[in-house]
Amino acid sequence: MSDFQIHNPVEPFLRMDRMPHIWCPGCGIGTTVNCFTRALIESKANLDRVVVVSGIGCTGRVAGYAHLDSFHTTHGRAIPFATGLKLANPSLQVVVYSGDGDLTAIGGNHLIHAARRNIDLKVICVNNMIYAMTGGQTAPTTPGGAITSTAPYGAFEPAFNLVQLAESAGASYVARWTTYHVKQLSRSMAEVLNKKGFCFIEVLSPCPTLYQRRNKLGDALETMKYYKAASKIRHGVPTSEAALSMKGEIIVGKFVDRDRPDYMELMRQQFTESLGERYQEPEAMVCG
Amino acid sequence: MHADPKGVLTGAHFLDGDHACCEGALAAGARFAAGYPITPSTEVVERFAARIPTIGGTFIQMEDELAASIAIQGAVWGGAKAFTVTSGPGFSLMMEHIGYAVMTETPCVFVNVQRGGPSTGLPTLPAQADMMQARWGSHGDYGVLALCPNSPQECFDLTIRAFNLSEQYRQPVFVMMDECVGHMTEKVVIPPAEKIEIFPRRHTSQSPADYKPYQPMPDLVPEMAHAGEGYRFHVTGLTHDERGYPNMNVETQDRLVRRLVAKTDKVANEEALFETENLEDADVVLVSYGITSRVAEKALKMARARGVRAGKFRLITAWPFPEEPLRALTAGAKAFVVPELNLGQMVHEVERAVNGRARVIPVTHAGGSVHSPEQILAALMEATR
Repeated sequence: MSDFQIHNPVEPFLRMDRMPHIWCPGCGIGTTVNCFTRALIESKANLDRVVVVSGIGCTGRVAGYAHLDSFHTTHGRAIPFATGLKLANPSLQVVVYSGDGDLTAIGGNHLIHAARRNIDLKVICVNNMIYAMTGGQTAPTTPGGAITSTAPYGAFEPAFNLVQLAESAGASYVARWTTYHVKQLSRSMAEVLNKKGFCFIEVLSPCPTLYQRRNKLGDALETMKYYKAASKIRHGVPTSEAALSMKGEIIVGKFVDRDRPDYMELMRQQFTESLGERYQEPEAMVCG
Repeated sequence: MHADPKGVLTGAHFLDGDHACCEGALAAGARFAAGYPITPSTEVVERFAARIPTIGGTFIQMEDELAASIAIQGAVWGGAKAFTVTSGPGFSLMMEHIGYAVMTETPCVFVNVQRGGPSTGLPTLPAQADMMQARWGSHGDYGVLALCPNSPQECFDLTIRAFNLSEQYRQPVFVMMDECVGHMTEKVVIPPAEKIEIFPRRHTSQSPADYKPYQPMPDLVPEMAHAGEGYRFHVTGLTHDERGYPNMNVETQDRLVRRLVAKTDKVANEEALFETENLEDADVVLVSYGITSRVAEKALKMARARGVRAGKFRLITAWPFPEEPLRALTAGAKAFVVPELNLGQMVHEVERAVNGRARVIPVTHAGGSVHSPEQILAALMEATR
C-alpha cells in the first residue's frame, strides 16, 4: 500500500511546481481552469499541440499555470499574438484565455477583427465584471449602478453585451456559462476544441474580493446561489436578448454555432483562384 | 547555413529601398509579415503581400500597429522568421511590443522608414528623428541593435543582417531607414542563395525534460523551442527565472536585466559596422548615416577641394553606438561634424564618445528635405578654423 497515492486528475494539466496560485479564495478563475482541463480530456486533444495564450490580469495568469506551451503576452494583445502563432503553424490548437477587461476594453479592437476574420482561435473570456488585478476598477462589462474603485458613486456607462458583440462581429460559436455551470462549461470548451473558426465562450465568474464585496452581493457561496437561481438556459436565444445586469436574470447557453469558412480556408480559396498552381500553401513555417 | 533559394530573387534589379528591404527579408528567410499601412513604409509589405503566396508564407494586414508588432512574435514562437514595417506614428505604437520582444527574447525585425515628426508630422517627407526613440523608446533597461542603410543595396544587405543579428542575439533588431532611402531607386544586386549566409534559429537540442527556456548559453543567449513540439514551455513578459516562470525578487530582476543588456555588448565591441575614408590625416571627421551620408559625400569632396583635411565616418550600426572606434579618432582630429535630419540625436553619442577631447559640431535640420552640401561644408570649414 505504500505506493498508493491520491492525485487530483487535473494535476497533469497544471504546473504543480507553481502552486499555490495567486487567485483569491472564492475566485471563479480556478473553476474555469478545472473545466478546461476536463475539456482537454473529453476532446481528446493532443496536448503537445494545444497552446494557451493570455493577456494581462487575473485571468491572464492562466497561461502560467497550464502545463502546455503557454504565452503570457501584453495587455489586450493575446488575440493578435495568437493570430500570428496560428498562421505560422496552422496545426496548433490555439486557445486564448483572458479576462473581460483585457479582451474587450484594451483588446476590444482585436476581438472584433479576429471574429470578423473568423480566425481559428478559441477564446475563453472570464467575465468578473471588473478589473480585478489592479484593484477593482470599472470595466466595459461593469453593470450600471455597480460600485467600483473608479466609480465610487456607481457606474453609469452602458455595459457591453459580450455575446452579442462576438456574434455581430462574426464568431462561429458563441456561448455563455457561469462558474456554477461546470458541466455545461466543460462541454462547451470541449466542443470548441473540435470546432473550426473563431469561438467565443463567456464565463461569468465571481470576484468576491473586489466586485461582490464592494457591491454587497455576498461571498462566493452567495454568488453561486445567485448564479443558480438567476440563470436560465436558453440555447439559441437571440444574443440581443441576453444582456447582463447586476442582480437580474442571467441568460446562459449556446447562442451561436454556425459554419463559416475560416481565415485559412478563405486564404486558400482566394490564392488558388488567383494564382492556380503557383500558390504555395504555407505549411508549418519552422525555420532552420 | 545558406539562404533558402525560394526567397532569393538572384540577379541585378532596379529597386527602391522599400522593395529592396522586402527582398532582403525574403532572402533572410522571413515567411511571415504583419503590417498596418503607413507612409512611407507600406511598399515593403505591399511587395511582401505580392511575393509571399508563391513562396510559401503569410502576410496579414492587421487592425493596427499594436496588433502587427505582436502578431509577428506569435509567428516567431510558431517557428517562423517574421518582421513588421512602419514609420514614426506606428513605431510609437509598437514600443510596448518591442519591450515584449526584448523581455521574451523573441528574434524579430522592425523596419522604420523614418518621416518627419512629432505626431503625424510629414508623412511623405524624410527625417532621422526616431534614432533616440529606437534606443530608448520602450520602458525599462535593454540593449538595442539598429542598422542604418544609405542605399537600396544596403536596404537589401542590412535587412538580411538584421535578421541574422536577431537570431544570433534573440532580440528585436531595427532597420532604421528614412523616406529618401526608402523611395530612392538604384541598382540592387541580389547574389545567389548559396552566397547568402543565414544565422539559423538557435533551437534547443535538449529534451523537453531537461529544457529550460531561459537558461543562458555561454554567450548569454538562451536556446529556443517552438510551440507544438512537446516542450510545454512558458513565456511571459514578467520578470522570470530560467524556467520562464514569473519571479518578482530583486536578484532575479538584476540577473535578467543585466544579461539582456550585456548580451549585445559584443556587437558594440567587435561587430559594429561603419565606413571610413580619408581619416589618416583628418583634422575634422564628418559623422553621418542614412540619406545624410549621401549628402555628406558631396560636402567632403568640396571640403577637400578647398584644402580642408576632412575624413568620413559613416555609421552603419547605429546601436550599439561604435564608441571606441570613434573615440580613437580624437588622437588626430580636432573636430567632429555631425549632420542629421533632426535637431541633434546621434550627436549626443558622438559627444559622449569624444568626451571633451575635440569639438563636436551638430548640423541640425528639422526634416522634410535633406541638408544642402553647402550647409555641411560650412560646418566643416568652421570646424577647422
